[in-house]
Amino acid sequence: MSDTTHTGPVLAADGTPLKRSLARALRMQKIRALMLIAPLLLFVLLTFILPIADMLFRSVENKIVSDTLPETVVAVQDWDADSGVTPPAPVFEALAYDLVVAAERKEHTRVGSRLNYENPGISSLFRKAGRRADDIGKVYIKQFEKLDPAWKEPATFVSIFADPAWVSSRSDDAEPLFEVSETAAAALPKASTAYTRWARTIQQEDNDSPTKEDPWAPVYLALHNDLAANPQAPSAFGGDAQAALQAVSTAIAAGEVETTTAYDAFVKIDEDWADPEVWRTLKTYSGAYTNGYFLNAADFQKGADGAELRPESERIYGTLFLRTLLMSLAITVSCIVLGYPVAWILANLPSRTANLLMILVLLPFWTSLLVRTSAWKVMLQQQGVINDTLVWLGLVADDARLVMINNQFGTIVAMTHILLPFMILPMYSVMQTINPSYLRAAKSLGATNWTAFWRVYFPQSVPGIGAGSILVFILAIGYYITPELVGGTKGVFISNRIAFHISQSLNWGLAAALGSILLVVVLALYWAYDKIVGIDNVKLG
Amino acid sequence: MALTPVENQTPGFVALVTAAAGAFFGLFVGTAQGSGLLGIVIGAVLVGGLGFALAGMRDQERMLRWVLTAAFAVAGFVLGGLPAAIIGLLFGAFVGWFIFWLSTSRYRMHLAPYLTPGQVLWHYAFRVICGAVFVFLITPILVVMPLSFNAQDFFTFTPEMLRFDPEGYSLKHYRDFFTNDDWQQAMWNSIKIAPMATLLSVGFGTLAAIGLSQPHVPFRRAIMAILISPMIVPLIISAAGMYFFYSRIGLQGTYIGVVLAHAALGIPFVIITVTATLVGFDRSLTRAAANMGAGPVTTFFRVQMPLILPGVISGGLFAFITSFDEVVVVLFVGSAGQKTLPWQMFTGLREQISPTILAVATILVVVSIGLLTVVEMLRRRSERLRGMSPS
Repeated sequence: MSDTTHTGPVLAADGTPLKRSLARALRMQKIRALMLIAPLLLFVLLTFILPIADMLFRSVENKIVSDTLPETVVAVQDWDADSGVTPPAPVFEALAYDLVVAAERKEHTRVGSRLNYENPGISSLFRKAGRRADDIGKVYIKQFEKLDPAWKEPATFVSIFADPAWVSSRSDDAEPLFEVSETAAAALPKASTAYTRWARTIQQEDNDSPTKEDPWAPVYLALHNDLAANPQAPSAFGGDAQAALQAVSTAIAAGEVETTTAYDAFVKIDEDWADPEVWRTLKTYSGAYTNGYFLNAADFQKGADGAELRPESERIYGTLFLRTLLMSLAITVSCIVLGYPVAWILANLPSRTANLLMILVLLPFWTSLLVRTSAWKVMLQQQGVINDTLVWLGLVADDARLVMINNQFGTIVAMTHILLPFMILPMYSVMQTINPSYLRAAKSLGATNWTAFWRVYFPQSVPGIGAGSILVFILAIGYYITPELVGGTKGVFISNRIAFHISQSLNWGLAAALGSILLVVVLALYWAYDKIVGIDNVKLG
Repeated sequence: MALTPVENQTPGFVALVTAAAGAFFGLFVGTAQGSGLLGIVIGAVLVGGLGFALAGMRDQERMLRWVLTAAFAVAGFVLGGLPAAIIGLLFGAFVGWFIFWLSTSRYRMHLAPYLTPGQVLWHYAFRVICGAVFVFLITPILVVMPLSFNAQDFFTFTPEMLRFDPEGYSLKHYRDFFTNDDWQQAMWNSIKIAPMATLLSVGFGTLAAIGLSQPHVPFRRAIMAILISPMIVPLIISAAGMYFFYSRIGLQGTYIGVVLAHAALGIPFVIITVTATLVGFDRSLTRAAANMGAGPVTTFFRVQMPLILPGVISGGLFAFITSFDEVVVVLFVGSAGQKTLPWQMFTGLREQISPTILAVATILVVVSIGLLTVVEMLRRRSERLRGMSPS
């Protein structure tokens, strides 16, 4: 201690330089603090932030079309949507192959309803087509079997398409997923794909084996088209398979086979399949990601030349967003008007009285939201307490009871009541800090009551109004329960629409898009709140 | 304590003001009986006359007020039975108090002497406005309570109830609540979900709040923003996100899913209350403990925890009430097996089935009064522990 002669850096007790020692201590402290926070942060990220991120992702995700109709989506890319003609035959064939698989997996209705959001009516097209997809190409089955009875045997198909390695590895108890042979894939490309998808589908969906079942009709269609395109294909095979294929191939070349096309089949199912608009919709929404939900949420639609505004009669979300904003604003304003005097009186009364009155503010705050909403339902109904009192007092005729519920008025009154404590509490905590002698000083300097309030007191209370307003506005804009119960049809918010799309129309993408827009608005307000008030300063009760 | 020396008012002044009050009440009684104008005149003359007559008899105030109360009660009873008698009683008490409050100038005593009459009037008008807002705040909650004893299946007061006829009241909605399987199931679900969610949020939340209140926390603002976000993000968005995500990972419609969701929603409240308590925490106490040889764990449980316990408990109560009241998220994340009390109330209200909802509401109000009392007591205790004067 007494030795102060050395001139190096100041050392800590263990001999390390004090600077480094301090830095280490600080680092340790930081790490310890982070370690304490980490579990909660992880918890919130997993249970809350990730779900929100998932919702954002869902608002642009559109995999269902390309997952369910993989071949169609590829085939339709070559078709020019603006040409005004129906897509070429291969597109229809691809759709037949896709649909028959989708129908077996019961996914065709989901694609149908997905596309129905964009072009109403498509859903029924898909439903009908899915039901009858396995008839497409049925005409070939009898003819093939007549040309060579071997076509009746599932084994013939297996010998044509199956990979020998797959055949040898399978047994009746344990069957690996079907593998197509390279020969077949090269010689009969469409039929191989169609057969493989059929084989795998029945393996997965029905636990059947391709060695025991005849394929569905579209496979025959594919086979016919392959053989018609490439009459030499049978030579790639050997044995019975070659004979069977050759018989068909020869007959086709001789024009002895009665043909059909996928196009005819679809148009027979529903003539709207020939409508280019249907195909334009399918092509437009074939990507894995789409901005379609967002366009929808903003009342736009994808037209011939990109995004365009929907016709006037179909614009609902713009109105709904506007209504949500305006009503939230009305609620905020009425909360300010009602809350300001109360906060003022609470802050200026002797603390004993103020605490007593505070209970009247805190009790509603602590009471269940459902209780308060049901109370307002009881109060505002046509046969409710307020109407009864007014009728009893003779202010309102019995047959002209006021309509105060299931409209915007009901929503605004009930929500003002519910959110009022959130306005009063921040205002109160700000007003408590305002020194009353400023007011007295202003008055003694000759200000009138009004001037003293408006020029001296009010400016100091503005932070409280700001904090309360943002809080109330944020809470109001996302409210669901109260508008749902007392709002009727005219008093509902955007949240109710989101809930509707999640639980009733099942248009999750649109719900997610609407939610994302709302989230952005709220986060912007949250940011403003943080800037003005600071999140650390949020107080409860 | 009187701020201003006062003199007694003249009978004329008292008569004028009381006549105005009488006219106001007379209007309502008059419209109820068919003629508003007549009500105003009768009310003004009657109450104004009383004011004029009684203004001078200040020495017999107590006796006169009783007489007035009784007289109005009897008059009410004669005119309209029991309900009118009660209104008459209240009105008589009010008139008696009002006359003498005016005539002895008690209304002026506690106000600053330099106020003009206009300012005095504004002072009381302002209180009336505030009183109206308080009435607005509390009436809906109070109205629910008597209605829950309704003998009919109505959401409104029946004539029997207004006559205070015992026939008009019954406990049948409470009986229904305690015997109906749906409601009981919902209650048990709520009781099973809320404490678990509270435990999770308090456990994680308290640790994190302690971490956050350390002096050097990197990214403190960002972390705080993330942790508070479940309170700010609209419930419908949280519900939608959780519904999508939890159904992806198989938690949708399970007890655990609902508990996790509710725990996430309760966390901001725990963080806010516990950090607020820690602001006043004297860090030298932990250093003193460490100095005397206590390890971090001992210090935490023996020194820090007892001091911040009130904050932790009130944070826990907030988290509990959040979960107990929550309906939007459970509506989406839960399935029929997790139907909670608010959910059952929500469906009940949407379909307008029975006033059992009001019985449940009354029970919940009583519960929240209990919780409010506990939180208030804890707040005071915490402030006392931290050496602040309780306000």
